[in-house]
Amino acid sequence: MKIKILFFMFLISALILGACAPVEVEEPVVEEPVVEEPVVEEPVVEEPEVEEPEVEEPEVEEPVVEDPIADVVELRFMYYADGVEAEVMQPLLDAFMAQNEDIVVLLDVVPYSTVDEQLPVQVEAGQGPDLARITNFAAFRGLLLDLRALVSNPDYYQANFPAPVLNALGYGGFPDAYTVTGPFVNQTLFEQAGIDLPGDDATWEDWTDLTQAVAEATGTAYAIGIDRTGHRVAGPAMSMGATLIDANDDFTIDTEGFRAFVDLMKSWHDEGLMPEELWLTGDALNNCIDWFKTADMVMCMTGSWMIGGTAADVGDAFDWLVVPNPTGAGGSTGIAGGSAVVAFADTEHPEAVARLMEFLYAPENYAAFSAGTLALPAQVEVAQTGVDFDSDNPSVLAALSAFTAEVPKLQEQAVFLNVHPFAFAYYRNSASRIAQYLAGELTLDEMITNLQSDIDTAIAEAGD
Amino acid sequence: MNPILEFLTRKRGRKKLSFSDTLSYFYLFLGVLIMFGPIVWLIFSSFKSPIEIARFPPRFFPYTQETVLVEGYDEPLQLFEVTLEDGSEAVLAQVRRVGLEAQMVDPDNPDEIIRVNIADREPVERIRFNLDNYITGIRGFNFGRYLWNSIIVTVAATILTLLVNSMAAFALAKYKFPGRQTIFLTMIATLMVPLSVVLVPIFLVITRIGWNNNLLGIIVPVAATPTGVFLLRQYMLTIPNELMDAARIDGASEWRIYAQIILPLAKPALAVLTIFSVMWRWNDFLWPLIVLSRSEYFTLQVGLAAFQGEHMVQWNLILAMTVLTLLPITIVFAFLQRHITTGIATTGLK
Amino acid sequence: MAELSKTKKYESFFGSIGHAIVSGFDVFFGSIQKITGIKGIPYLFVLPNLLIFGIFILYPMILNFVYAFTGGRSFFPDQRTFVGTSNFERLFTCENFLLPNTCREDLFWRAVHNTVVFVIAQVILMILFSLITALILNRDIKWRGFFRSVYFYPCLLSPIVVGLIWQWILMDSGALNGILTGLGIGKQPFLVRANWARFWVIMVSVWAQMGFYTLILLAGLQSIPADLYEAASIDGANKWKAFSNITMPLLMPTMVVVIVLTLIRAVQVFEIIYAFTGGGPGTATLYLVQFIYNYGFASPNRQFGVAAAASLVMASVLIVLTLAQLAARREESY
Repeated sequence: MKIKILFFMFLISALILGACAPVEVEEPVVEEPVVEEPVVEEPVVEEPEVEEPEVEEPEVEEPVVEDPIADVVELRFMYYADGVEAEVMQPLLDAFMAQNEDIVVLLDVVPYSTVDEQLPVQVEAGQGPDLARITNFAAFRGLLLDLRALVSNPDYYQANFPAPVLNALGYGGFPDAYTVTGPFVNQTLFEQAGIDLPGDDATWEDWTDLTQAVAEATGTAYAIGIDRTGHRVAGPAMSMGATLIDANDDFTIDTEGFRAFVDLMKSWHDEGLMPEELWLTGDALNNCIDWFKTADMVMCMTGSWMIGGTAADVGDAFDWLVVPNPTGAGGSTGIAGGSAVVAFADTEHPEAVARLMEFLYAPENYAAFSAGTLALPAQVEVAQTGVDFDSDNPSVLAALSAFTAEVPKLQEQAVFLNVHPFAFAYYRNSASRIAQYLAGELTLDEMITNLQSDIDTAIAEAGD
Repeated sequence: MNPILEFLTRKRGRKKLSFSDTLSYFYLFLGVLIMFGPIVWLIFSSFKSPIEIARFPPRFFPYTQETVLVEGYDEPLQLFEVTLEDGSEAVLAQVRRVGLEAQMVDPDNPDEIIRVNIADREPVERIRFNLDNYITGIRGFNFGRYLWNSIIVTVAATILTLLVNSMAAFALAKYKFPGRQTIFLTMIATLMVPLSVVLVPIFLVITRIGWNNNLLGIIVPVAATPTGVFLLRQYMLTIPNELMDAARIDGASEWRIYAQIILPLAKPALAVLTIFSVMWRWNDFLWPLIVLSRSEYFTLQVGLAAFQGEHMVQWNLILAMTVLTLLPITIVFAFLQRHITTGIATTGLK
Repeated sequence: MAELSKTKKYESFFGSIGHAIVSGFDVFFGSIQKITGIKGIPYLFVLPNLLIFGIFILYPMILNFVYAFTGGRSFFPDQRTFVGTSNFERLFTCENFLLPNTCREDLFWRAVHNTVVFVIAQVILMILFSLITALILNRDIKWRGFFRSVYFYPCLLSPIVVGLIWQWILMDSGALNGILTGLGIGKQPFLVRANWARFWVIMVSVWAQMGFYTLILLAGLQSIPADLYEAASIDGANKWKAFSNITMPLLMPTMVVVIVLTLIRAVQVFEIIYAFTGGGPGTATLYLVQFIYNYGFASPNRQFGVAAAASLVMASVLIVLTLAQLAARREESY
């Protein structure tokens, strides 16, 4: 009996829910009704005459999308956040909407994996948002909106962002931050161990020995670590002499520098200088900063985007600083990177999108974003004027200028890597292949061969 | 050997706790610890600060450092237990830390700065169920909206699943018609193929229909589950056909036979399918993530995942919001646990 | 008393609404029955299910063939170029199928090996633990309802949550290592040694699902009439005899259901692992579904063709297994 009651309560509540659904207060714009129709009855009532069960016939009835109130345009902005980015972006959008009352921008904050994995397919299927914040510049080739014809100041736009990035994006957006990879060091641990920080000419081997000595002297669990991605590995490998990308833009994995650094990593891994989990545990626990923040690691090779989070979580528990990238046969270099705000070509409101883009890359707004997120600006004018970063923490300011000093030292291939069409094929595959090597599933030679073939296959598969 | 055998076979009866009884209770309570421990651990951790979460060895209870408002300082200061140079101990508030040295004050005597080596201080901590994670989480997380979507999806999909599958099961179990074997075998054949491996084509179909960013896109496609048809059909086979014949003589239509005779008798099997469906839909993750990209349609599981950035995972918020997503289904379970457990039990799943 | 009448009232309220709905449908179905006669009725009943099944399950599976025999990066089948069986050839280019490193798609074969081992071990352990627990709960136990609920509770958790919780407990600085350190045993490399990780992946999936199977087996045990045991003990059968001659045979039908269900879910395992080990260390816990997901969806350079080919290989093996099992059961029951 009770089951019956439950069943009917279910039914009733579904009907009530269905009836209530269109009551929407929080959004200014009327959107397509989705759930109102009592879903329950649909499959049964709408049945045509009895017929042969034809399965492949697509369904006919369709939620008709009514145009919203005529003169207000709604833009969807898919966004991912590593920290406070969304909270910094929202007021900017609010200001934009106040200026442009005919445009409403809705920020959809999604996990990074959605931007990375699902968005490309959604966009290709014509189901993408109007704008998005992305990191894989090459994933949307041919699908982005060329802003040059739409913004009022195309020359300013082209002059104020790095040309290789704009090219990679097909002029469909702009980089919202400039990032550089580089190591964070726990200064307090060095002081406690009574060991001096080395000079700028220190190599990765020197740092390995020093951090190991510091870890031993202070009883710290791990000496050194590097994030699990080919992006971070590339910098040290290039510093040790690797030519990852040659003059013809081809990837070459098998170079002495790459072998040397991966071997060094293997020794970190095998000797317990680096947490084994960092590289071995699939797609999680991949950031060395997690150990660094709790003072369980002396040196962490990551990048400029970690400044804000590190400062917030470390507090005054210890002093930390960013040191120049260690050097080697190839000379000290990090890797450039960054995220970008892009607009998609199949947007229904290109004009409105262009207005928003123009607003976001205007120097005062761009600077506000950089200041709030503690990110290095990729906008030339903003970089020249300087950003008044939203922090009075001396460690943060020191770290920001340390990373700024890394920018001019970047090798050409280190700048080009991130805008290479197959950069992500290299990043991801190298993460899993190097992990297999560290786990002992592959030898160094097998690892190099497999990684090269992974990238070649990806290029071949796309090269039609 | 014997006590083990005895406990394997014996039914009810004896009063005194034998060795095998003790063993049984030991096993069961150990089981409770293993089954529930991780969840309790999750709940306690959801009250911890990011740093406390990352601490090793982890502490079971959520501790926060005590703070105190000291005259002359705007912000509350953190309290430490300090071993002073003369060996005595005192509770001091920290003004700032410079390198290896901490500058501290006595809260009762705020004018005098005391310099302390940072190795000589221990934070004063207290167990506190700090709601910070929950508050920040809910602020950046449209909990009400996501909950609402999750409920709609779960309820609608469950009703649709029950209706559509029970109708098909009824036809497959109670009628002989050309094509019956083909239909049944096709469904059974797909029983083991996980949806995850045909994600791309299903997404294509959804796109063609236009159900992206539409809750229908995550309600309808999953409704015709072969498992459900299989389960219900097997159960309906056990219902005697004589009942149907008698009703037909009384002039009942086939629909009435289905709705008023077969369905009530198949209640246990329906209950099991209901539970399955509610669990599946409430916890669906991958598929909604692909179909829904606008936040007003997000379900709880999708919204939860948004705390994972490229470089940083906000564990403290994820934990707190996970606890919140567990709450509704736990409450439902608490109220219905008798039905659920006996429902599964009485189906016997023939 | 008051409560009782309240329930009654609700029941009659919902009952009448339910009645109205049933009658409404009846008008519709009745009129169709008049037109087609009883012959059309079964088709009418299977139609809604068949429509959804056809459009959202069968049709995509057929589309998968198109993907499997075409190449390129496009998502739309009509924009892909026909490549014949080259996607399958890629999967099956191998010097020695037992050594994944000698294969062109080494990850695929690693996933195959891992999946086979996982499925066998997981099904055995799942049955073992569920059976023991059910046997114990079937004894004269106090608080049976409580235990039943506690063992069932993890079944309610989403696979992602299960994966996250356990990753968190087992990681190097996790709770379990904390406890072990406290006991003086020291940290164990739970997630970074291939065999430890494989072990925990199995244990965690057993943890998450055994409650459900326990309930089913418990139901099977409780449906065995008690007088059978009494008769057996009068006949002087010992406990072991009673267990092997009464309990096991009578439990067999339930057991078959449990084996089939665990098998299905073991083969399909994905989300728990995705959140738990992510396939690591290295590729020690990379299973087939994750391989297909990675290739088809997650990798930066999607290869729908290979992913579709792999899923067809997987599906055909599964379908053969399912049908064989079905045939075997049919023989058994006659």
